[in-house]
Amino acid sequence: MFNNFFHKMASPKYFYRIAGSLIPWLAGACLLFTLAGLYYGLYLAPPDYQQGESYRIMFIHVPAAWMSMFVYVVMAGAGAIGLVWRIKLAEIMVISSAPIGASFTFLALVSGSLWGKPMWGAWWVWDARLTAELILLFLYLGIIALHGAIEDRRTAARAVAILTLVGVINIPIIHFSVEWWNTLHQGPTVTRFDKPAIHISMLIPLLLMAVAFKLYYAFVVLMRARCELLERESNAGWVRELVESK
Amino acid sequence: MNLNEFLHMGGYAFYVWTSYGIALLILLVNIIAPARQRRKLLTDIARKARRARREI
Repeated sequence: MFNNFFHKMASPKYFYRIAGSLIPWLAGACLLFTLAGLYYGLYLAPPDYQQGESYRIMFIHVPAAWMSMFVYVVMAGAGAIGLVWRIKLAEIMVISSAPIGASFTFLALVSGSLWGKPMWGAWWVWDARLTAELILLFLYLGIIALHGAIEDRRTAARAVAILTLVGVINIPIIHFSVEWWNTLHQGPTVTRFDKPAIHISMLIPLLLMAVAFKLYYAFVVLMRARCELLERESNAGWVRELVESK
Repeated sequence: MNLNEFLHMGGYAFYVWTSYGIALLILLVNIIAPARQRRKLLTDIARKARRARREI
């Protein structure tokens, strides 16, 4: 039964249809979590005893930074699956994720900069964490450019998958940078082995926003994957039927 | 807390609201772009199909 399910999901026609019916639910859930997160984070949560109100940038900055790495890991996983089993949908997930991952990375860098200026006194420092995150942005842009430069879609997908897998080395570097090097960026407060070093009133909105960002990625990547699928399969029978039934 | 105080963000209004504004902008663009692309793809494919049928 499981095998059957995966076969169906891997078929472009079913994927297109199931993704289409999932998108509104995921988007709706994302909106709910965002509103709850904003209300909790901007209104209910108290100001920080050291950073005052400026710390509220965290509710954008930290989920964006988490997602910048999460999306990359998903891409690397899908890239490996695409390389080994030549599953078209895996290839599509890789390239559909890239612009979203780039957006999260850019957002993490910009919001970090807007947080760094009032707290550290500088928009940018060449610190290990920041530099590794900037490299991640260049990796995403490189992946998008490489995909655009190769005409044949299957060849492009293989090249992109290899580049993604090579770049995955950057992810642990970003994560552990604050521990390996002496840095201005603060250490992890949530993803630690012992208790999170953050008060519950600030942890709740942070987690709400983190879930909202995950849901956002889920529905936007499905939207992009549907487009990619339509483009690749524009001559297939199921696309013809789809267009004619409109 | 009144609205003015809320918008003032303890003196960090520029930094906080710019962050949230840019986030909103980036997240919206990422939704609008694929939605428009899909509509365009569907109309293009339909046009091509009509032309193909006329040629036969």
